[in-house]
Amino acid sequence: MRKLLILGAGTAGTMAANHLRTKLGTDWTITVVDRDRGHHYQPGYLFVPFWMEPERVVRDRVPLLADGVTFVEGQVALVRPEHRRVELADGRVLDYDWLVIASGTRPDPSLVEGMAEALAGKDAVHHFYTLDAATALRDALARFDRGRLLVHVSEMPIKCPVAPLEFVFLVEDHYRKRGIRHQVDITYVTPLDGAFTKPVASEALGGLLKDRSIRLAPDFAAERVDGPGRRLVAYDGRELSFDLLVTVPPNVGQQFVMDSGLGNDAGFVPVDKHTLRSVEHERIFVLGDASDIPTSKAGSVAHFATETFIDNFLAAVDGRPLPNVFDGHANCFIESGRGQAMLLDFNYDTEPLLGSFPAPVVGPMALLKPSRVNHLGKLAFEQIYWRMLLPGHRLPVPTAMSMAGKRRPKE
Amino acid sequence: MPTNTLNGRTFEVDAEGFLTRRDDWDEELAQDLAAFIGVELDEPHLAPLRFMREDSATTGVTPTLRRMQSVGGFTVKDLFALYPGKPAKKMAWLAGLPKPVGCV
Repeated sequence: MRKLLILGAGTAGTMAANHLRTKLGTDWTITVVDRDRGHHYQPGYLFVPFWMEPERVVRDRVPLLADGVTFVEGQVALVRPEHRRVELADGRVLDYDWLVIASGTRPDPSLVEGMAEALAGKDAVHHFYTLDAATALRDALARFDRGRLLVHVSEMPIKCPVAPLEFVFLVEDHYRKRGIRHQVDITYVTPLDGAFTKPVASEALGGLLKDRSIRLAPDFAAERVDGPGRRLVAYDGRELSFDLLVTVPPNVGQQFVMDSGLGNDAGFVPVDKHTLRSVEHERIFVLGDASDIPTSKAGSVAHFATETFIDNFLAAVDGRPLPNVFDGHANCFIESGRGQAMLLDFNYDTEPLLGSFPAPVVGPMALLKPSRVNHLGKLAFEQIYWRMLLPGHRLPVPTAMSMAGKRRPKE
Repeated sequence: MPTNTLNGRTFEVDAEGFLTRRDDWDEELAQDLAAFIGVELDEPHLAPLRFMREDSATTGVTPTLRRMQSVGGFTVKDLFALYPGKPAKKMAWLAGLPKPVGCV
């Protein structure tokens, strides 16, 4: 018997297990470990503060795994590649022949002075990167009706780099609909030099911020959060006062990755960005947010990367050269408020551009431009995620990025 | 890719002026570039640039400010004092490395 062990039953881990169960013979066992049984549809966190019921985000992990995949509930403590063994916190030991690390990323507010304490108070400082936090923020938004609102990103990389921008557009819409937009002053605070990381998207998104009278505070590297004084303080001495702060804490990899010596300084596992194979250990692949690949930490990346990974893994276990190259492809809908969304499509080498995305059935979807169809696409994706993506059915979009329909802005 | 010429040296840059070929760089070029942003490159200014060069040679990416602190032993506050405003961007530009944003 050969043993495949997968750490993490989130988007990437579940997809990988389900895809591989159909490809690997009965001489293989597939075991997936996670600390609990709740699979969260994480894009839903963005909507919970506004309208989505928190319960709708969570499903039991186990029925999402194919027959013939074993689920182990337990906290991973340590990976010992030299023994091909994983130790759980409760003392159980799991041996493997091949290991997939798909343990994602987590917010770590302790990396910014004062942030953890301020968040714990659930008063004027919030985030939306866990279901509990998003639910608490929903209540805070309902109470908040006047004053200065900051939406803040601590540092890159973060999970889903567009989420804070989406939040700012949705929160603007929220106060507009309540008829008190004029009482709420909204500022988007970012360590980047513009609304987004890449020039073309940054300009389009920056323009939208301006249209909605949302202030932009760029190049703001937060040194500390002064919760009691309700101030956000930058390393360069700038201070922004707030009545409500919605922050995105720094993101790091899981503790067991750090403790096992597998991660870089932020706890992300160095891999070959085209094959997702660990640089250091040839029997370890890393899928989803847990790796150090230079692109977004997002389910979309996990999706396309996992599709290229399957054949590579089958080749690796047979000792053949890896056939597929992951190009860094991802696409995502960006909620822009007013019942509309924008669409981004990009890879390692091509930044998000303007134009249209040739989608089957619904027709071309506008890139980097708000549209109703994009918003409906974003909402529809929730069902696609549960019913198609996780079970391992291919979606009718190409795994590698295509330039069809894309254009650069005129110089 | 456009090219820049400075004090008789030619080097390739991207749309935002960052060097695209790390081998085009040396400390002399950094000195010349520094004049444009009003920085005089003394030893305290050069130390983080040297770390960034060495670090990126192995990792392949421009180090973040947090990494400069955790691995390089610099304090973020000092880096802001040395390169006011946008230290990460200024240092990457002077060190001949890509803009320090490794993700979309």
